[in-house]
Amino acid sequence: MTIGRWLASVTRGRGRACVGALLALAAAAAARAAPFEDTIAQRVLACTGCHGEQGRAGPDGYYPRLAGKPAGYLFNQLRNFRDERRHYELMNGLLALLDDAYLREIAAYFASLDVPYPPPAAAAAPQALRDRGEALVRRGDPARSLPACTQCHGDAMTGRAPFIPGLLGLPRDYLNAQLGAWRNGQRRAIDPDCMAEVARALAPEDIGAVSAWLASQRVPAHAQPASDGGGTLPIPCGGLAQPVADAAGPHR
Amino acid sequence: MATLSRVLAAIVLVALLGVALVVWLNRNDDLELAAVAATPADAAATVARGQYLVRAGSCFGCHTEPGGPPYAGGRAIETPFGIVHAPNLTPDETGLAAWTSDDFWRALHNGRARDGRLLYPAFPYPNYTRLARADSDAMFAYLRSLAPVAKPNRAHALRFPFDQQAALGVWRALFFRPARFEADAAQSPQWNRGAYLVETLGHCNACHSQRNVFGATAGPLDLAGGLIPIQNWYAPSLHDNREAGVGDWSEREVVALLQSGLSARGMVQGPMAEVVARSTSYLSESDLTAMAVYLRALAPAERNASSSEATAAVANERGAKLYTDRCANCHGERGEGVAGAYPALAGNRAVAISPPANLVHIVLRGGFPPTTAGNPRPFGMPPFATAFSDQDVADVLSHIRASWGQRAPAISPLEVSRYRGAAAR
Repeated sequence: MTIGRWLASVTRGRGRACVGALLALAAAAAARAAPFEDTIAQRVLACTGCHGEQGRAGPDGYYPRLAGKPAGYLFNQLRNFRDERRHYELMNGLLALLDDAYLREIAAYFASLDVPYPPPAAAAAPQALRDRGEALVRRGDPARSLPACTQCHGDAMTGRAPFIPGLLGLPRDYLNAQLGAWRNGQRRAIDPDCMAEVARALAPEDIGAVSAWLASQRVPAHAQPASDGGGTLPIPCGGLAQPVADAAGPHR
Repeated sequence: MATLSRVLAAIVLVALLGVALVVWLNRNDDLELAAVAATPADAAATVARGQYLVRAGSCFGCHTEPGGPPYAGGRAIETPFGIVHAPNLTPDETGLAAWTSDDFWRALHNGRARDGRLLYPAFPYPNYTRLARADSDAMFAYLRSLAPVAKPNRAHALRFPFDQQAALGVWRALFFRPARFEADAAQSPQWNRGAYLVETLGHCNACHSQRNVFGATAGPLDLAGGLIPIQNWYAPSLHDNREAGVGDWSEREVVALLQSGLSARGMVQGPMAEVVARSTSYLSESDLTAMAVYLRALAPAERNASSSEATAAVANERGAKLYTDRCANCHGERGEGVAGAYPALAGNRAVAISPPANLVHIVLRGGFPPTTAGNPRPFGMPPFATAFSDQDVADVLSHIRASWGQRAPAISPLEVSRYRGAAAR
């Protein structure tokens, strides 16, 4: 059939039914933008409303990225909000009555997502500050018994499965806020709280330097947390289930 | 002058008589104790029964700090009079180690501590007073079986004069009498079991009633609904089928709601979600059915006239657009929802309730129903507190309240800001 004859047919009775059906389908699709599915992705629309796909800045702070973070870390944070070791009213309320099994499922779902990272914001901090930050991240400060960040968070700072998050792709303000919150006890983790110890050993200028360098780094494509089995860690950490070295350095 | 001194003497006399009356009224409530002997302990069975009753009484919810050891106290309960800190119930010396079952019975029945101190009715002893002695003993046996947790009790932070025992004495003289549960011979044993659970352990009226300026309810049988102080959620009337009355629900539907937090007729939100999660989801089928029988009888299902507050539909394009953009994806263009996931808004009585506090809370905070055996993987609603202004919330709720056959009054931004409270962050 030629196009001309086809066009002629749709303007007559039989064709009108086809066009009508197409229009109805289009209307139905518009009525519900995404069809309902009985999946975990559907269930966690309560989360992506704020956190978006890649994390989002909101009027009262930054809602960090969830996709691709290690599952154990996400589970710990969900528990920390539920049990009010971390304080943010909306998160505390959302999670208050959810049991561990469901929190694990939610964490595992977000950990499984592979979503590209946006490019880093243009670096506003001076080079000297960023260099100091890089030195602290890669080498720590033995004089203060401060371990290098990479010792726990991985050489590429993309985290270590299943409990240690990557620290790339986060806004500088968010990193400052979290380290500051650990320093003054506003944010707590399961005891012994290793990050509280680290944050208290860092001077405020150090925190600024570290966050400036981290926020200026591009996240490698398909960044994954390093697999577990990277050996023992320098300080004991309640959120993990790993053996801890008896090395030099403060630990309980 | 003689007249002045006589007037002064009269005032002093009246004051003394008043004090004497308050003291006498408070002492009077101790007479009950000696008459009711302790139940002999039959260890394992009693402890198990006690655990069940402690769940039914929802003790966990107040006596446990979030993330803290169970029943070790410390949780701050905000009241309009200041903060009351729930004490440690574990058998540690900082808790109830020195207590006997007589002491525990005295606390539940008379609202007095072991040392005779009057207890604050944030602890709902006006409801627990009607508990049977055997139940009190079983609950105590369970608490004794817990691992002791060393956690000293925090002092209350109540404003003067509410921090004075004398003020509490006056309150009790006016509003509290120890009592016994009286079964209603005209009703079935099942109804009476439901009444016992709702009126005592369930202490439902602690939320579902209006409180006067002194913080007292009209009594444990008052379930006519009220705004919960501080939290500002509205606990709807259990007598009115346009609110939370279940007269036109089946027993099965009531049981499902209390057991799973979810039924074909509605789901739980806010403070009631915590009640289901911490308490009613642990109750037996037969007890939940008894409560259903009692609750259904409270709200006879004659056809209620449609609300006389029907208002003319006001064009609300802004609200309609907000609904289409932000709500319809889950709740449906026609408010039809998705069964078992997203509540329908069309034909949903919760939409039309006044005051509209709960609607505002839900839109601002979102939420998940509690995980229960019957609903282990709940669907959630995102919070809109950071995305919506008070005007947005008012517009979208006004649209919903005027849609799909509903004609409930519109909501103003001022009302929204009144209920926004802490979620404004």
